[in-house]
Amino acid sequence: MGVELDFPAVLERWPSFLGGAILTLELAFFATVLGAFLGTLAAVGRRSHSLLIARTCKVYVEAIRNTPLLVQIFLVYFGLASIGLKFSAFTVAVAALTINVGAYTAEIMRAGFEAIPRGQLEAAEGLALSRLQIYWHIILLPAVERVYPALTSQFVLLMLASSVCSQISAEELTAVANYIQSDTYRAFETYIIIAVLYIFLSLVMRAGFWGLGFVLFPRRRRLGTPL
Amino acid sequence: MGGHLNFNHLLFLGHGALWTIGLSLIALGGGGLAGFVIALARVSPLKSVRLLSAVYVQLIQGTPLLVILFLGYFGLAAVGFQLSPLAAAGASLTLYVAAYLGEIWRGCIESVPKPQWEAAEGLALSRSQRMMKVILPQAIRIATPPTVGFMVQIIKNTSLASVVGFVELMRSGQIVNNSLFEPFAIYAIIAVVYFAMCYPISLYSQRLERRMGRGKFNLAPA
Repeated sequence: MGVELDFPAVLERWPSFLGGAILTLELAFFATVLGAFLGTLAAVGRRSHSLLIARTCKVYVEAIRNTPLLVQIFLVYFGLASIGLKFSAFTVAVAALTINVGAYTAEIMRAGFEAIPRGQLEAAEGLALSRLQIYWHIILLPAVERVYPALTSQFVLLMLASSVCSQISAEELTAVANYIQSDTYRAFETYIIIAVLYIFLSLVMRAGFWGLGFVLFPRRRRLGTPL
Repeated sequence: MGGHLNFNHLLFLGHGALWTIGLSLIALGGGGLAGFVIALARVSPLKSVRLLSAVYVQLIQGTPLLVILFLGYFGLAAVGFQLSPLAAAGASLTLYVAAYLGEIWRGCIESVPKPQWEAAEGLALSRSQRMMKVILPQAIRIATPPTVGFMVQIIKNTSLASVVGFVELMRSGQIVNNSLFEPFAIYAIIAVVYFAMCYPISLYSQRLERRMGRGKFNLAPA
């Protein structure tokens, strides 16, 4: 079967691809920032002395980690609609991705918390640091430093997973591709192009996180090892 | 439209759930075999083989599974290879799982202590003998907990096969929803079914991990 590939015919839609890629990055950015915050809260909550808070956080983490993102997105989408709240597809997508990545962040942060030597906590208490000071200086910052590589690969995976938001018609990269291929009948070329774009975006994100880690964790840089 | 969720709907969902399990097994079988080859290629003595397999892993891990699925179903159809939804989903998941399992298993092979390699070499075992008789038996032990954990990812990822029209759990939920239009209730049921499939596997993987002694820092501060 002689099918000619015609990339230029699809590539002339580059402004749409660019717009989709930018929206994908925006989705990933908001979900990463909000999800990191939510996940850290959940990880702290799991250590709470209140059984109710600790249990709630555990249920949240396990429920999200054991169900597909696609189902979560539909649940958020229709759940918000059924209680009469109307949001844009973008907002719903950010909310669903945040809830999703928050659970994974919580699990990674928990591993970081657990790796902190007990002696350091005792030393901090001995120095009469307040609870808040201990949490910030002794637990949170060193834990983030330790799990930074795991966190960043989770955030890159989140950017890739945001492609699923095309299913609720958020106009990100995959949704743009679906539209272009139905318009040009050149599905193969279109999806190859966005695959390359996604690979490029994930490389950009990894480079960005590497640079950010360089700035944020000078100690790591000096020692050459995590802690 | 209208009507209530009845036994036939549940039967239909159950049928979809069976296909979710079936597709997961296909992905695990295909992806496991290909992933094993990838893992061996990643530690090959030949530089070109190592490089080629590394490029494969980077390409797949940099692309969303959804895009791989669209390429396999719509993309290949547009250039004259029409695959059935099952074939497209099975093939895409196999490619995807192979990259991730290959990378997990490479790590396990490399974490077998170096003296084991040296001792095997000192006993004049050939490279394949070293692999088969010394390294792999130990690597498999290390690999069991993360592999079981990855099975949860596989089950969850099969839900994406719904977008190419393969009737697994997610798709059957969408079809039921098209007749009842009670999306929240139906997707909640779907979520519970996925959870029921995945959570026991998650727990099992955690238990395996603890038994391996990796959970030693579980004793850390309260």
